[in-house]
Amino acid sequence: MAEQIKKFMYINRKAPYGTIYAWEALEVVLIGAAFEQDVSVTFMDDGVYQLVKGQDTSGIGMKNFSPTYAALGDFEITKIYVEKESLEERGLTLDDLQHLVWEDEDEDWAEKDSIRLVSRAELGDVLAGQDVLFNF
Amino acid sequence: MSMLHLVNKSPYENGNLNTASSIMQSGDVLLLLEDGVYGAVKKGKASAMLAGHTVSVLGPDLAARGISEDKLADGVTVIDYAGFVDLVEKNDKVQSWL
Amino acid sequence: MKLTIQVNEGPYQHQSADSAYFFAKAALEKGHEIYRIFFYHDGVNNGTRLTTPPQDDRNVVARWSELAQEHDLDMVLCVAAAQRRGIVDDGEAERNGKDATNIAPGFRISGLGQLIEGGVQSDRLVVFGD
Repeated sequence: MAEQIKKFMYINRKAPYGTIYAWEALEVVLIGAAFEQDVSVTFMDDGVYQLVKGQDTSGIGMKNFSPTYAALGDFEITKIYVEKESLEERGLTLDDLQHLVWEDEDEDWAEKDSIRLVSRAELGDVLAGQDVLFNF
Repeated sequence: MSMLHLVNKSPYENGNLNTASSIMQSGDVLLLLEDGVYGAVKKGKASAMLAGHTVSVLGPDLAARGISEDKLADGVTVIDYAGFVDLVEKNDKVQSWL
Repeated sequence: MKLTIQVNEGPYQHQSADSAYFFAKAALEKGHEIYRIFFYHDGVNNGTRLTTPPQDDRNVVARWSELAQEHDLDMVLCVAAAQRRGIVDDGEAERNGKDATNIAPGFRISGLGQLIEGGVQSDRLVVFGD
């Protein structure tokens, strides 16, 4: 039986640790990976903070879940949209963020960038092309 | 293909209405509900963000907050929960700006 | 139209649970199908049997239970979120060594896959949250 494949977009707009949304959203993304849909993830507004390198949570007694983002490639999540305006507003560049990659089986496991830096207008087009939008 | 955008927070509390109104595309619809209805008040500075967009507002949430319909920005349509359901049906997908 | 509804916040603290309820009710009255209502984050607190709201205010939990019973709805509390926040059914009590259960009628505890599946099987996903 042919299973329908939908374009699933998980949208992250909140900073990590101040609330649980960032972590619990990631849990949905990981579980969702098993359902073989066409998955994309967006980080915009304060969501871009989730990807910032060098998180050390020892002082606040919370689990540092940021290493999990590096595993997204292994879960075949290769389309990670980061919004340009959100970075700029916050004085961030891609260099401040984790370098997320995936390995392309069709090209001898060549390592490729998962992060696609897009403008708000481009992101609007990406969202318009999705089927199901998850927000947290 | 069109999207229904939901904004449920006051524009004076956070940037959700700003994000939604700046990313919405032609043909999309914005529904203001819960505290989001404050964005539809004409005299409020935030109502400028609604210009050029198709905007509805949830009537029960206006009434709860003591906002009479004559206070709303021009062109805003007041709907009820049944109308909300219709908007979900008429548009291809729903984006909740939480 | 087949709908999946996601509720991200608990009763009373945010209006989201109320908005989700009235939306669901209106959809059912119009003859639409609700495939599933999935409660995530603090939304799992909509499923506690133990609330005692003031007499002159709405009973959010009971309202969900009644709607579920009237329309045979599938209302799911995410297991991971429920474990974190202490919403427990018989299975969870046994598995995790808890001495009580508190799940309200009409709700069941299950995995995040139920939300994903809701997205796959429904025509629309509508998310209510903060």
